[in-house]
Amino acid sequence: MKLKTALMGAAASLAFAPAALAERGSDGEVRILYSQAVSTMNAYLSSGTKDVEVGSLVLEPLAGFNEKGEVIPRLVTEIPSLENGGIAEDMKSITWKLIPGLLWSDGSPFTAHDAVFTAEYCMHPEGGCAQLARYEGIEKVEAVDDLTVKITYKDAKPNPFTAFVGATSPILQKAQFQNCLGPAASSCTDQNFKPIGTGPFRVTEFRTNDTVMLEANPNYRDPAKPAFATALVKGGGDATAAARAVMETGEFDYAWNTQIAPEIQAQMEQGGTGKFVNAFGTLVERIEMNMTDPSPELPEGERATAKHPHPILSDIRVRKALSMAIDRQILVEIGYGNAGRATCNLVPAPEFFASDNTDCLTQDVEGAKALLEEAGWTDSDGDGVRDKDGRKLALLYQTSVNAIRQDFQSIIKQWWNDIGVEVELKTVDPSVFFGGDAGSPDTFQKFYADVEMYANNFDGTDPEPYLAQYTCEKAPRPETQWQGENVNRFCDPAYDALVAELVRTREMDKRAEIAKTLNDMLTKDSYVVVPLVDRGRLSAHANTLGGVVLNTWDSELWNASDWYRIK
Amino acid sequence: MTEAPATLTLPRPPRSQWRDVWDQFKTHKGAIVGLTVFALILGAVLIGPLIWTIDPTTVNLRARNQGFSAAHPLGTDQLGRDLLARVMAGGKVSIAVGMTAMSLSILLGTTIGVLAGYFRRLEGPLMRLTDLFLALPLLPLLLLMVTLFREPLSRSFGPEGGIFLLIVCAIGATSWMQTARIVRGEVLAIKEREFVLAARSIGTPARRMVTRHVLPNVLSPIMVSATLGIAAAIITESALSFLGLGFPPDFPTWGRLLYDAIDQMQLYPWRVIIPGIAISLTVLSVNYIGDGLRDALDPRIRGR
Amino acid sequence: MFTFTLRRLLIAVPTLLIISLVIFLLLEAAPGDPLGDVPLTVPPDVKEKMRAALGLDSPWYVRYVLWLKQFFWVEPLHLIDHLFGTSLGEGMQRVISFQSRQPVMQIIAERLPQTLMVVGLAYLIGVMIALPIGILSAYRQYSWFDNLGTFVSMVGFSVPTFFTGVVLIIVFAVKLQWFPSVYDTTLKVTDWASFKAQLRQMVMPVTVLALYNAAQISRFMRASMLDNLGQDYVRTARAKGLGERVVVLVHVLRNSMIPVVTVIALGVPTIFGGAIITEQVFKVNGLGQQLISSIHANDLPMVMTLTFIFAILIVLFNLIADLLYGILDPRIRYD
Repeated sequence: MKLKTALMGAAASLAFAPAALAERGSDGEVRILYSQAVSTMNAYLSSGTKDVEVGSLVLEPLAGFNEKGEVIPRLVTEIPSLENGGIAEDMKSITWKLIPGLLWSDGSPFTAHDAVFTAEYCMHPEGGCAQLARYEGIEKVEAVDDLTVKITYKDAKPNPFTAFVGATSPILQKAQFQNCLGPAASSCTDQNFKPIGTGPFRVTEFRTNDTVMLEANPNYRDPAKPAFATALVKGGGDATAAARAVMETGEFDYAWNTQIAPEIQAQMEQGGTGKFVNAFGTLVERIEMNMTDPSPELPEGERATAKHPHPILSDIRVRKALSMAIDRQILVEIGYGNAGRATCNLVPAPEFFASDNTDCLTQDVEGAKALLEEAGWTDSDGDGVRDKDGRKLALLYQTSVNAIRQDFQSIIKQWWNDIGVEVELKTVDPSVFFGGDAGSPDTFQKFYADVEMYANNFDGTDPEPYLAQYTCEKAPRPETQWQGENVNRFCDPAYDALVAELVRTREMDKRAEIAKTLNDMLTKDSYVVVPLVDRGRLSAHANTLGGVVLNTWDSELWNASDWYRIK
Repeated sequence: MTEAPATLTLPRPPRSQWRDVWDQFKTHKGAIVGLTVFALILGAVLIGPLIWTIDPTTVNLRARNQGFSAAHPLGTDQLGRDLLARVMAGGKVSIAVGMTAMSLSILLGTTIGVLAGYFRRLEGPLMRLTDLFLALPLLPLLLLMVTLFREPLSRSFGPEGGIFLLIVCAIGATSWMQTARIVRGEVLAIKEREFVLAARSIGTPARRMVTRHVLPNVLSPIMVSATLGIAAAIITESALSFLGLGFPPDFPTWGRLLYDAIDQMQLYPWRVIIPGIAISLTVLSVNYIGDGLRDALDPRIRGR
Repeated sequence: MFTFTLRRLLIAVPTLLIISLVIFLLLEAAPGDPLGDVPLTVPPDVKEKMRAALGLDSPWYVRYVLWLKQFFWVEPLHLIDHLFGTSLGEGMQRVISFQSRQPVMQIIAERLPQTLMVVGLAYLIGVMIALPIGILSAYRQYSWFDNLGTFVSMVGFSVPTFFTGVVLIIVFAVKLQWFPSVYDTTLKVTDWASFKAQLRQMVMPVTVLALYNAAQISRFMRASMLDNLGQDYVRTARAKGLGERVVVLVHVLRNSMIPVVTVIALGVPTIFGGAIITEQVFKVNGLGQQLISSIHANDLPMVMTLTFIFAILIVLFNLIADLLYGILDPRIRYD
């Protein structure tokens, strides 16, 4: 395998040399398969990853992230910093300098006014912009001249790389979209399906939730790119079928998010027409503990609220024992293979912010049993289930419908049974579980269960908003129509104070230190959140497709302009 | 079509009608084979677990993805769970769900179909109701049913009993329409036949008309619907578990075993084949039993 | 018969209105949220604004009446505009999908061809093979042909299409590489080569669906034929000296068609509904795939419109079936 990889690498680097000299459109068609079909090319109207990523073939932000999570320039000459004066001393403004002479795909010049318009488009109060969070805290955006954009914030913004950075906040062309502001946004079907962009491709045909056909942008800034004359993005099916089309039948060149069981990955690699690539981001599969009592006996309105602490899980020793009983390594082996790694952290990356917490990685069944004994949970009636004061140690464990999650549920149930905990499993349709419908008892926010499992991550590289989700006031409760991100109803004044401090802090080292402490407070110090697996992104590409670099910090198709055909 | 009602004196010593039915049934080769196979399957899923005592939900991570062996006659799945135990446990649930849901759907469909076909006043409302049910989008309807009824039902009937009831009702309530329309169509034709007119002219009450003269003559399409209904119910049950509507995820059923194994079809083909055979065999055997039963219940054939 | 048809058509209007209200309320009451797909990284207040932009902040009856107006008034106007180049519907808001912000009718028009082509053809083929199989099976009851037919159709019906589809893909797309595993919706038939490509990509989905349909219909055909073959009129017809072919294919068949017509008529609207699983497996991306993805995304206008068109077809084809009963058996009278 090593030798094969080395040979492949050699072949790839040999092929690279002529490709670099190739001219635009010399390599024919590149065929991309997304298991979820694309519904719009406008990232501001849909926050679905598939829409944002395919949109990034056409629309570009001022700057993006590379595979290491570093900010890289796309339409600007350099990345603003305190040193080069692009970021003001008080951190209240940031100034971007555009590359002179850039053209839109329709041949008109790209100017600072387009960026100003884009901000206005997304920040319009009636537009329902899906990426509004990227424009949070902005006081004004102005065009200093045709090539200079200045963003001013209301308060100091330690991380100003949100607006116009990354595939989720691309620049729209003012001339094309100026009649699409606010409520008119949704009637601009043609604009949303065939946006004029600065990216390597432009849309020729858009079939909703099915196929997007693109061709090379004749005005792309690098005259030699893209190497492909046309691109086709097909949607539909499932991850296995997508992987099969690249790895076994060779019908497609690239398949997005081919998350399948490790054995099937190994079998498909024998197919010989493609290979899997993986990369890690911040997505963590975790078990969340409910700190409040979800018992159906409680009246509606008090059930699962802070009024009634959880009768079993309020004890940290029980939570810790549950975590100790889990062997994360085996979970990775069964569910994810190369596309996952065991973790004890809520914030596993970027490295700068990741805590060195590794205590949970070794399973300790005996230790877990001892801890439960210590907490007073003993098997007094000999039925194999621990009890205390006439109450059984029984938990309801819910998650969304997903093959790997159901395997995890079964395994973890077994481990918990081994330490004397009775477990009932429940699964919910994902569109209901994540739907946030206040009327449904099955949403993950309502959390009418004792423990639940899902995955979450944060956008970009700064974990501040992510960690701020666990403050007391963000707990979902009847008064907030069950909205809120702190699903555990974790509430610790010390945590809230530290979050407030993080918001104020500007020095990066200090911020990292606070972020690590916050991460530890949620995980190893309290076991309120029990991280399981740091989930990487797994995609597949054909052996004949060169230049693929998987990037979890930005669009997966971030460098499609560099892709080429290995001949 | 003008055969004598059963009350007429027969040229043989009096025998019970069911005895006749059984005698006729016995001569039907397919039906006997079907009955035997079905009894074997039932025996395997009911008595099997008493002999083969491995728990179908026990995860054994040291014995994952094993082939056929003495310890695991049908091998193990990706979590090391014994496949034989799972197929037996799954069969119990699948057959129970299939039979009950089918019965419910046939009962509903036949009742509505007969009422609508026989009584002109009921026809309009009942057939418009059928149109409505045919038009309702299934998925949102099922999701709504779970939301409303899962907790109350599992509180009154226990978690498994509650879910069983919910699934059976969900499948029954959403699959009766085809039977209803077919039965109605047949009844419309039958009620204009001479023997029905004759029976009516001697003042036979409506209830007896329906049970004696109409129902026996619409039996064959009902039997076909019933056989197809079992297969449909077993498959629908597995679809329901993917909406979170079904049994808990570690609870095996045939449909679920089949669906879960699809991705691994190339690596472990028997994991798909075994539940597939189990479902087909059950449906086939029920089909032949149905064939035999229909022939046996038809006095025209029975007399021959 | 004419007054009956007229009366049924008149009753259909309030029926359909009630059906539309029930569907709307059902979708409204079902759990799930149009913003369910929005990643967890999007904060709740942003979600609130997105909800308002979709018009979800107004009460359900307002949205229902708006939908009625859009469906029954604005959409027909746009159709007229499209056909005759007029501009009657200019500036009027059409039924817009939440997911793609595109008029729902455009999406349906875009997807109808591949659904009709694959699902419709499969249904046609299914019916065409089911009828002879059913007739022959009944005529030669318990012959080897009948037993084989029973076996194949029962296995065909009890093994779901998500299984047969994947088996076909593995055998014919992966191993033999005869047919593509992904349906290309952008393929335009212009010459012999593209026609062959179109045929190749249709073979597998059509086979899977046709088998499934044929299995069901042939069972009803067989059972109904069996019922009629033993009737007195058959004996009479034979005694009169009519040819066996005429007896079976004219007299018996005509009297056996009622349940079969019912089943076929119930199946025709489902062609429009698409075949959810088969479309997914082969990525045909027709109306079935659209419906299921819209339901998962809680795209209410899309689901509502698709389901309602489906309801119209159901009511229409059930009426046609009722009229056919009268033709097949003149004794059946509705008035």
